[in-house]
Amino acid sequence: MFILKLLSRNAFRHPLRTLLTIFGITVAILAFGLLQTVVSAWYAGVNASSSARLVSRNSISLVFTLPIAYQERIRRIEGVTAVSYANWFGGVYITEKNFFPSFAIEPKSYLELYPEFVLTSEEKRAFFLDRKGCVIGKKLADRFGWKIGDTIPLKGTIFPGTWEFVVRGIYNGAELSTDESQFFFQWQYLNESLKKTVPRRADQIGVYIVGIKNPQATAEVSTAVDSTFKNSLAETLTETEKAFQLSFVSMTEAIVVAIRVVSFVVIVIIMVVVANTMAMTARERIGEYAIFKAMGFQAHHIAGMVFGESLFISAVGGVLGILLTFPVAHKFSQIMGNFFPVFQVEQSTLFMDIFFCMIVGIVAGVFPTWRAVRIKIADGLRRVG
Amino acid sequence: MSLTSAAQQVLISVNAVSKAYQRGNQSVPVLEGISFEIIKGEYLALMGPSGSGKSTLLNLIAGIDTVDSGSIVIDGIDIATLNESDLARWRSAHVGFIFQFYNLIPVLTAYENVELPLLLTSLSRQERRKHVETALDIVSLSDRIEHYPSQLSGGQQQRVAIARAIVTDPTILVADEPTGDLDRVSAEEILSLMARLNREQGKTIIMVTHDPRAAEKAHIIRTLEKGLLNDVYP
Repeated sequence: MFILKLLSRNAFRHPLRTLLTIFGITVAILAFGLLQTVVSAWYAGVNASSSARLVSRNSISLVFTLPIAYQERIRRIEGVTAVSYANWFGGVYITEKNFFPSFAIEPKSYLELYPEFVLTSEEKRAFFLDRKGCVIGKKLADRFGWKIGDTIPLKGTIFPGTWEFVVRGIYNGAELSTDESQFFFQWQYLNESLKKTVPRRADQIGVYIVGIKNPQATAEVSTAVDSTFKNSLAETLTETEKAFQLSFVSMTEAIVVAIRVVSFVVIVIIMVVVANTMAMTARERIGEYAIFKAMGFQAHHIAGMVFGESLFISAVGGVLGILLTFPVAHKFSQIMGNFFPVFQVEQSTLFMDIFFCMIVGIVAGVFPTWRAVRIKIADGLRRVG
Repeated sequence: MSLTSAAQQVLISVNAVSKAYQRGNQSVPVLEGISFEIIKGEYLALMGPSGSGKSTLLNLIAGIDTVDSGSIVIDGIDIATLNESDLARWRSAHVGFIFQFYNLIPVLTAYENVELPLLLTSLSRQERRKHVETALDIVSLSDRIEHYPSQLSGGQQQRVAIARAIVTDPTILVADEPTGDLDRVSAEEILSLMARLNREQGKTIIMVTHDPRAAEKAHIIRTLEKGLLNDVYP
């Protein structure tokens, strides 16, 4: 108790210096937490992937399609429980800055394979029955103020023309990591239109989503799917949903690495700042440490005082930084919702915050502690005078 | 009045002690073959010009510096043979320090400053409180226990420092220029207090001073010059 009292009073002996140091740590931990959350948000799609789903696409590139006829052949492969399909639509609502992901899907099988998109049975029925119907995520609905029954016009980029959809359902995510900013409509609507306008592009699928019985058997089922279409005009490349999502993230790997590096640089900078504060503190108090030693306090007592103060300052700054991370991340997600549909401060980020806080406190305390412990009493007392 | 009669018990025995400091490549001798004894309950003043080695001698006796050669035996223990942690434990139990600049911890109250040495003992909080209150009562500062050093005068701060020095009931009090930073009235109070501690509680006091008026309060005055002990009064 006495030691805690001494630590806290010592820490605030120079209130301005200590407050500025604490502020620096708070900002550093906040910045680190936010940057790590940005990285997590980057991987949100990967993390939300199911291990019971595979994605099959054209082996040449995602740009190339697969025939609709593959659906039945995939369904017959052993270990496959369900098959659905989707096409990236890439529609634009009014202007391109209103970007959101839009997909043409086979409604029934798709929603069965993605139970994380939660809709009421009425909404599902209304969606299934309306060829021009669409379902949208809650965040997307909130973003544009869309309600059930609203008509939404999207300008096609891959599929030219203006396409009109009627909102038949607004889904909620079953998990925090579920993306609630997506737009789904019936593949049949797209296909029938293409048959009339560009028949050569009809009956083509962007990706097949394959539900499997045993998540441990992803390799076997993937190989079986790809073998089925080997030497055909459209060979498949089947991989886990996670691997499929990762292939998108890897395109922007350099940005992720840069963000990670910056987040760690922030920690190193604050470590140097706190170390400087502690070095000044220890230099000023060398005489006092000598007095403590003269009274019989030993090296471990002195080390406890210096380390304790360093850890105390780091802990106060760290706790404030962590507490501030939540409201700032919330605000950030509101502003950057278009880019990061899932922006949650993860538990692992908090653990890293705490870990680096402690590291900052310990590293910053090492040199001053070494100095304070080694001081000869007679030399230290001479400095007091 | 001298206390150096043969019947008295020798508490401190300084035997052929030498000490030198390194200044660059040069070794500067400070003490050369000093030998003398201090009787239990003695009040000794060490005088001498600056650089004569009196503070060094005080530090050696107090166990906060080590001899180059010779030995210092205190109450049967050769303190030169103790390792650092044993020496720290020995100091906490046997030596009370009084410094010229009081050396109180500014963020602690008078009470907390006095309590500091007791934190190294196994005393309970209540027992510590009793000891601290007694020590502060001896130095007549019972009404200032919640004051911080900055709220006390120089004389009061030195009295808190004395309370801190005596709170563990040490055998020896070492005082390095205890009145050097005080006005005459405060200095007189401190010297009277030290004399009282010597007289009433039997503390052995070794005081380094430049001030002949302070030295007059001691039973014995030894002077050091150029590292040699050359005079004894009275």
